[in-house]
Amino acid sequence: MTKQRDQISGSCATDISAREEDSSHAIKQLTEQEYKYGFVTEIEEDSFAPGLDESVVVRLSEKKREPQWLLDFRIKAFRRWLTMEEPRWAFLRYPTIDYQAASYYSAPKKKKTLQSLDEVDPELIETYNKLGISLEEQKRLQGVAVDAVFDSVSVATTFREELARQGILFCSFSDAVQTYPDLVKKYLGSVVPYSDNFFATLNSAVFSDGSFAYIPKGVRCPMELSTYFRINAANTGQFERTLLIADEGGYVSYLEGCTAPMRDENQLHAAVVELVALDSAHIKYSTVQNWYPGNKKGIGGIYNLVTKRGKAMKNAKISWTQVETGSAITWKYPSCLLVGDNSVGEFYSVAMTNNFQQADTGTKMIHIGKNTSSTIVSKGISAGRSQNSYRGLVSIQQKATGARNYSQCDSLLLGDQCGAHTFPYIEVRNTSSVVEHEASTSKINEEQLFYCQQRGISIENAISLIVNGFCKEVLRELPMEFAVEAQNLLGLQLEGTVG
Amino acid sequence: MLNIHHLVVKAGDAIILKGIDLHIKPGEVHAIMGPNGSGKSTLANTLSGRAGYEIVSGSVSFQGQDLLSLAPEIRAREGFFLGFQYPVEIPGVGNMYFLRAALNAIRKHRGEPEIDALDFLTLAKEKMKLLELDETLTKRSVNEGFSGGEKKRNEIFQMALLQPKFALLDEIDSGLDIDALRIVANGVNSLRGPERSFLLITHYQRLLDYIVPDYVHVLFHGKIAKSGGKELALELEEKGYGWIEEIAKKSGDA
Ligand SMILES: Nc1ncnc2c1ncn2[C@@H]1O[C@H](COP(=O)(O)OP(=O)(O)OP(=O)(O)O)[C@@H](O)[C@H]1O
Ligand SMILES: [Mg+2]
Repeated sequence: MTKQRDQISGSCATDISAREEDSSHAIKQLTEQEYKYGFVTEIEEDSFAPGLDESVVVRLSEKKREPQWLLDFRIKAFRRWLTMEEPRWAFLRYPTIDYQAASYYSAPKKKKTLQSLDEVDPELIETYNKLGISLEEQKRLQGVAVDAVFDSVSVATTFREELARQGILFCSFSDAVQTYPDLVKKYLGSVVPYSDNFFATLNSAVFSDGSFAYIPKGVRCPMELSTYFRINAANTGQFERTLLIADEGGYVSYLEGCTAPMRDENQLHAAVVELVALDSAHIKYSTVQNWYPGNKKGIGGIYNLVTKRGKAMKNAKISWTQVETGSAITWKYPSCLLVGDNSVGEFYSVAMTNNFQQADTGTKMIHIGKNTSSTIVSKGISAGRSQNSYRGLVSIQQKATGARNYSQCDSLLLGDQCGAHTFPYIEVRNTSSVVEHEASTSKINEEQLFYCQQRGISIENAISLIVNGFCKEVLRELPMEFAVEAQNLLGLQLEGTVG
Repeated sequence: MLNIHHLVVKAGDAIILKGIDLHIKPGEVHAIMGPNGSGKSTLANTLSGRAGYEIVSGSVSFQGQDLLSLAPEIRAREGFFLGFQYPVEIPGVGNMYFLRAALNAIRKHRGEPEIDALDFLTLAKEKMKLLELDETLTKRSVNEGFSGGEKKRNEIFQMALLQPKFALLDEIDSGLDIDALRIVANGVNSLRGPERSFLLITHYQRLLDYIVPDYVHVLFHGKIAKSGGKELALELEEKGYGWIEEIAKKSGDA
């Protein structure tokens, strides 16, 4: 294991490709695992024909009976997008995406407007049951409210009434546009502007649905809020938009999960998530991303190109925790704008890539207010022929006196054909701030494996045990209910059973 | 229990074990002594199935099975325990979690039901007492940040929990203070019985005051140069290894 420690340095890059024969056959065995969520739901969908031009944007907006201001927002974004180029700076290799080949709207046909959950298509209820998500509140995951997004629309939101009693608004984005237009209008694009970047701008033009939550002043949301995203239809892009606002002193813990069927074509997922944490609010946002990663030969899989950003006002705190195991391509940098004095940003990440998966993920911590602090803990695990990059920016602005950052990026290599890369960028514009960066890259330790085996533990379980141990600092940040799920997922990605 | 027949083992480019013969019956305690680099740990690694050791010739039977053909974890599940000279740290993996996974793997192999968390805790507490292990240690990650002596005690704690049929303890006494030595020896002695055998690797006859062996062997340049009773350890302590070298030379191929 190489450990390096540098204080306030510029950017540096570590690139280590592993070479180790021994545990490779075990790892190979482990990695020959089927994707568990690859089934397709047979349901009649109402879809747009493939293709994208301004008329598609207009039709989409009409379909959702959107107010004029939102259509204007979309059109503005679309026109901007036409002038932009797809970014290619990430350590990712994939063919040019044909944006005309995808359909920009697909939704299960519904017979009439839903009055209650009982009217949700049983096929959909069954789909979510298969995914381990119960939409029937009586069989609920204890203390978790779910918004279920299926292709382009939200199909159900649970616990809506209970939450409303405390003034908490939790519904699909489309509902929010109709029901709370003022809040949406005020905050949409306030953290990720419509012109932010190629994928976010595309999303701003064609986003279909997503989740919306608002936590009023001083309210601590009594349950986990969660969104479960499911791509079902073929040749459809998913562009969801999530907006969470925690008013002064509010608290919410939010979780999103995602899966998709196994298909040979690559599918596009370009989401935008905006978090607004007003003074003294705390938003904890956790992701367990398990989009279809493609098969062992690298065919198919989701292109996950996501912009996630939070704005933290005075004394506010935003914590991102992500467990990224799926997708063929991951391009994702959940970030914090630490605008208010004393605000805190956290990023805890596990990114696991296998076979031909490629991930370029990390965070941006932008320190603007005084005495702001941020913590970055990134754990990358690469297996197969995958490439796994951490890319992070810590930027300390001139006025952010007394700011501090601690970053730790560890990579674990399983096998000899994968790669781990670290691209930390650090900018410090004042002298009273402290930035600390630690990085390590290690191969799975043969001695640790042997020690486990000598105690009777199979090599598959030993790897799972060691990988989970390696990720412990991140996994313990996840809400209890999901920590177990994430742990199992990491195991599943690599093996059959978890011991 | 364990029969080693003319075992020749290569590590890297060199032949390290040059024909070892050793027969250990149920209930017996054997000790191996020998200078640094004579091949003691190599023998332990070979028997436990660590990668990187090539069996040139010879065979090992363990309870009637061909030990060397078994995967390391199967050897362990069949009751072969190695107390490591240098136990490795596994960050982030809880000691108790690890041990329960190990115990359950062994139980499953024997066709026994898995032990639940509560029963396991009761069992573990009992063994912790035996080894006078601090409870906080077992709450930490496997060996992480343990002192040298704590690591060794943790090995014996694991052995006490897993109840192997045969235990090979590689320098279990090195790095132990006087009290810890006594505790570890007590732990080993409490496991002695007519069905269980031990092979102790040590440099110091003092361990053998506490754990009295039935046989002592001297490993020298990859061969067992001399075997005897427990008094052989005393003789070595007194005379060093010089005279063993003479014996080895006389036998013709040192
Ligand atoms: N994998 C290996 N590759 C090359 N040489 C090795 C390897 N393993 C062991 N050796 C060599 O074999 C010899 C015996 O080593 P071993 O560790 O078995 O000695 P030991 O008797 O246990 O010594 P000590 O008392 O110091 O623990 C040493 O010279 C060592 O360097
Ligand atoms: Mg040794």
